[in-house]
Amino acid sequence: MWILGPIGFTAPWLLLGLLALPVLWLLLRAVPPAPIRRQFPGVALLLGLTDDAHQSDRTPWWLLLLRALAVAALIVGFAGPVLNPSERAAGDGPLLVLLDGSWADARDWPRRIDRVEQALTEAARDNRPVAIVTLTDRPEGDLPFRAAQDWAAQLPGLTPRAWAPSGVAEWAAGLEGGFDTIWLSDGVARDWRAAALDALEDRGAVRVFQSPRPIYGLTPPVFEDGAIALSALRADAAGAAEITVAARGLDPNGIERELARETLAFEDGSREAQLALSLPPELRNRVSRFEIPGIRSAGAVVLTDDALRRREIALISGSDDREGLSLLSPLHYLRQALEPVADLIDGSLSDVLLANPDVIVLADVATLPEGQAREVERWVEEGGLLLRFAGPRLAASDVGRGDEAPLMPVRLRAGGRSVGGAMSWGEPKALRTFSEGSPFYGLAVSPEVRVNAQVMAQPDPTLAERTIASLTDGTPLVTRNRIGQGQVVLFHVTANAEWSSLPLSGLFVSMLERLAVSTRPARPSAADLAGTTWSVDAVLDAFGQVDEAGTYPGIPGEDLAAAQPGPDTPPGLYAGEDRRVALNVLGPDAALEAAAWPAHVPVEGLGIARETDLKGWFLAAAIAVLAGDILASLWLGGRLTGPRASAAAVFLALLIPVGEARAQDAERAPLGEFAIEATSEVVLAHVMTGDAQVDEIAAAGLEGLSRTLFARTSVEPAAPMGIDLETDELAFFPFLYWPVTPDQPVPSDAAYAKLNAYLRGGGMILFDTRDADVAGFGAATPAGRKLQELARPLDIPPLEPVPEDHVLTRTFYLLQDFPGRRMGRDVWVEAAPPDAEAIEGMPFRNLNDNVTPVVIGGNDWAAAWAIDDAGNTLLPVGRGFAGERQREIALRFGVNLVMHVLTGNYKSDQVHVPALLDRLGQ
Amino acid sequence: MNDPALLRSRAERLAAPLPALLAGAQHLARTVLLGSHGRRRPGQGDEFWQYRPAMPGDEARSVDWRRSGRSDGHFVRQMEWQAAQSVMFWVDRSRSMSFATDGAPSKAARASELALAAAILLNHGGERVGLSDHGLPPRTGALQLLRMAQALEDDDATPADYGAPRAREMPSRSRAVFASDFMGDITPVEGALLEAADRGVGGVLLHVLDPQEEAFPFDGRTIFESMGGTLRHETLKARDLRDRYLARLAERKARLQHLARVTGWQYHLHHTDGPATAPLLWLYSALERTG
Repeated sequence: MWILGPIGFTAPWLLLGLLALPVLWLLLRAVPPAPIRRQFPGVALLLGLTDDAHQSDRTPWWLLLLRALAVAALIVGFAGPVLNPSERAAGDGPLLVLLDGSWADARDWPRRIDRVEQALTEAARDNRPVAIVTLTDRPEGDLPFRAAQDWAAQLPGLTPRAWAPSGVAEWAAGLEGGFDTIWLSDGVARDWRAAALDALEDRGAVRVFQSPRPIYGLTPPVFEDGAIALSALRADAAGAAEITVAARGLDPNGIERELARETLAFEDGSREAQLALSLPPELRNRVSRFEIPGIRSAGAVVLTDDALRRREIALISGSDDREGLSLLSPLHYLRQALEPVADLIDGSLSDVLLANPDVIVLADVATLPEGQAREVERWVEEGGLLLRFAGPRLAASDVGRGDEAPLMPVRLRAGGRSVGGAMSWGEPKALRTFSEGSPFYGLAVSPEVRVNAQVMAQPDPTLAERTIASLTDGTPLVTRNRIGQGQVVLFHVTANAEWSSLPLSGLFVSMLERLAVSTRPARPSAADLAGTTWSVDAVLDAFGQVDEAGTYPGIPGEDLAAAQPGPDTPPGLYAGEDRRVALNVLGPDAALEAAAWPAHVPVEGLGIARETDLKGWFLAAAIAVLAGDILASLWLGGRLTGPRASAAAVFLALLIPVGEARAQDAERAPLGEFAIEATSEVVLAHVMTGDAQVDEIAAAGLEGLSRTLFARTSVEPAAPMGIDLETDELAFFPFLYWPVTPDQPVPSDAAYAKLNAYLRGGGMILFDTRDADVAGFGAATPAGRKLQELARPLDIPPLEPVPEDHVLTRTFYLLQDFPGRRMGRDVWVEAAPPDAEAIEGMPFRNLNDNVTPVVIGGNDWAAAWAIDDAGNTLLPVGRGFAGERQREIALRFGVNLVMHVLTGNYKSDQVHVPALLDRLGQ
Repeated sequence: MNDPALLRSRAERLAAPLPALLAGAQHLARTVLLGSHGRRRPGQGDEFWQYRPAMPGDEARSVDWRRSGRSDGHFVRQMEWQAAQSVMFWVDRSRSMSFATDGAPSKAARASELALAAAILLNHGGERVGLSDHGLPPRTGALQLLRMAQALEDDDATPADYGAPRAREMPSRSRAVFASDFMGDITPVEGALLEAADRGVGGVLLHVLDPQEEAFPFDGRTIFESMGGTLRHETLKARDLRDRYLARLAERKARLQHLARVTGWQYHLHHTDGPATAPLLWLYSALERTG
């Protein structure tokens, strides 16, 4: 290959053909385009006419250039040009392509695959067998050396895993045979790297490729001092850097979204950055994971579990707090145990229920009032945990004596018992080891716990299965009953140290935790999880996506506590009985460090200069130039006429990139045109609210009203118009329909000035809040509030509900109510002057002499009037005949309204008809 | 007799005397509504023309006593002049006339059609029509029309590229129609016209041109040849010639108009892409006028 700058040629000797170009130039130049032979009678008139002197019979230079270019492109194209030719030494022997395939690879995975592809191409050229091995997913047995072409199809199937490879040193030591290695490392330091490198170098040359992009990771968040302590790691300590961390979780609608976002700053030289994230408890409990946005890697995602979740616990005791005797308070030890790990709620039971806590603790509360008991029961059925403690009151009460009380897991025998006291026989009882199946199974029973008094359960068939802890003599200590999705748990002893020493022991805290009353402060230890079985609920893939778990076997709690992410325990969320534990890629004490390679191993970036074969491009260019030459020759020869010319024009037009044909903004017609359109007929108008649907309905409604007016009255309106308050002149319209939407923009001051002038000039605005509510003095609806906001700057006189004798009730039809699509209450119009009084013998008062400037209602009239193009009603009104009647009345109201606008108080003046007739001498 | 082939051959023989050209020309002629073709002046004839008061010098026998008896004066009855005229047609049958562009008939076809249609009209009017260059002296009757049609359809016309009329064949005081593109040498035309004028022959110059000859829509390197191939002209850039060609064409038209004015003939330019009726009407009325 012969290399010239960034371009190499596979067949450089063909370039000698370029030398022939000047000869070609001369040859072509001497041959002008062939003439056309035409029969033409007018030739007799042409005889003697000569061409202009400067017209030479040679091919024009630009056509020559075009042809020379085409030939040059052909020659260069066949010479096999290659962009970015790679100079490399052809290797031989088998080649091993080694990928770490860990979570740290995921971010650059496509580039790694590209690099592998390039290695495959080179190997294919050199005819070397290749084996591709992902360390997290190693093949069994020998290295699978195959032809490079075989591997190409499998490349898309290679995926990284969300954990780090392990046992590599042993595997590498077991390899046999000689081969070269290309190692695509993920850039994270691992303890096996040096050993594996040594083993591979024994087999052949090793080249290492490593992405220079920084590697970030998040460690599990911890709840500390009322805030979430979050720390981020990075592999390369050099330089200061900032990353953002986003907390994601379900919002109240169950949609996952970002709940918080914070910035973390790495200082120069430090590999770790800390962040204390303070979130409101409601928000904090929703967080399901933290992630570094933009980094697709499982390391940049950390799942949260119960450790972050702070339960809300309501503590309620039966006895009044005796002042000063806090150690005797039934709730003292609970408070001590729970305060660090949960949010406690105090208050009366009815108040507490409103807060919907996770747990309600009833310490020595025997009976609940009837109503509250039902509420508590419902709360338990919906998933609440009711934790009850016995005590003197419970022992003395009759709760659960005869038959099972709903909020008591077992029936109780009267009185209870005390052992080991001064007045009784026997020793205080110790706890029996927790049996399998109990949520406490696996907890070590502390021997110093002694129980000297308890309430006794009635022996029932269900007692055995409801007992989850018992004393050495077999009497139940803790019983549990599931109700609906929740459960009721009864400790048969008091919550203070009066009856037993249980609340004093550490076991008490562990038991509360196992019951998911409290939350553990940090990652559970093996002892915490002993005896439990966990199933994988959700797994995290290497790219940081949370997927549903497939089929995984159950994992013992001890294993889970010690588990590192791996094939058997993939990172993800593990669910126990009532608890969830997250296993994250990076543990709490994980550290990231950049991989260090010995100086003699070449480490390269992933950047590959891809060879691009330019042959096709050059040949295509040659063809394009030749096509252009055809057109040019035709044009030059005068043969580019008729259909040929149009075809060529189309061809050229296709070549020219079509500029975005943007329809010009529909400018409003000039005012003159608008005015003529608005005034040549009566035109009803509606205010454009910006809500497309409302505007459409308003237009359709006015269309329906217009047609009704046309059919029934002498008013013959033209098509209604939508009005933009800001730009359009209002004075042309007798009547504006203004549907009020809660989110429409408030007009500008100039628009208000126009509106006020319009109202003063006799115009009328029908405000319609479309919610049937505003008329009852209601600013309760959003539309009502918006109406107040919209109407405040307007010059509106005092209003009153339409009085019975208002002219609006009789301008065309006799009406008394004004329904639209809704049957709202009053409609408001300008108030009558206070001195208006009915004259004797007149059916109605002589009211204001003007058109009321506003009519305000909420009956959604436009919806009742609305029709489509075919004249069918658009929206249903009411039901059946009554609904149609309502629509008819609505239309009549519209007719009356328009008549009122157009005729003013003409109908009021009808009152004078008898007097006028009288005066005329009738 | 029942043999269909025989029947057909007889039918074809029967139809053969009516050439397509004649049919077309008759169709064309029918579009011009024809009244009685009088000379619109008193003279010898059968039709009554007018009564005029008798003048001194009128013969007594010329007085129409029946008319004169109804009034005090004497009246002479005059008849309309109905002397038949001879109209000689010269239709250029040279090669250049066979030029045609898409959508338009050839110049020869159009000229023949117009001439024959005019001949039909004149024949209806009782005039005698003839065809110079084909040895058809003016005669009247359908047979003459048939002969003209056959002569015009005759393909072995003059093999010359450009044709010229000959005035010698025209009877003096007759009328003539010259239909040609007048593309060739103008001198013979000029001579013929002058000679015709000398012999008292009035007439019409019908200049038939193809639209391409008017537009000259050519470009690029072109070799122009006459239809017969006798003349040729090569140019590298036909577009440049256009203006000069059009100037020469206009000059040729002006020359013909001038000649017509001088000799008392009438000139009309017709393009073959236009309808044939208009020039026929003009031709007919022009023949009226020149009479």
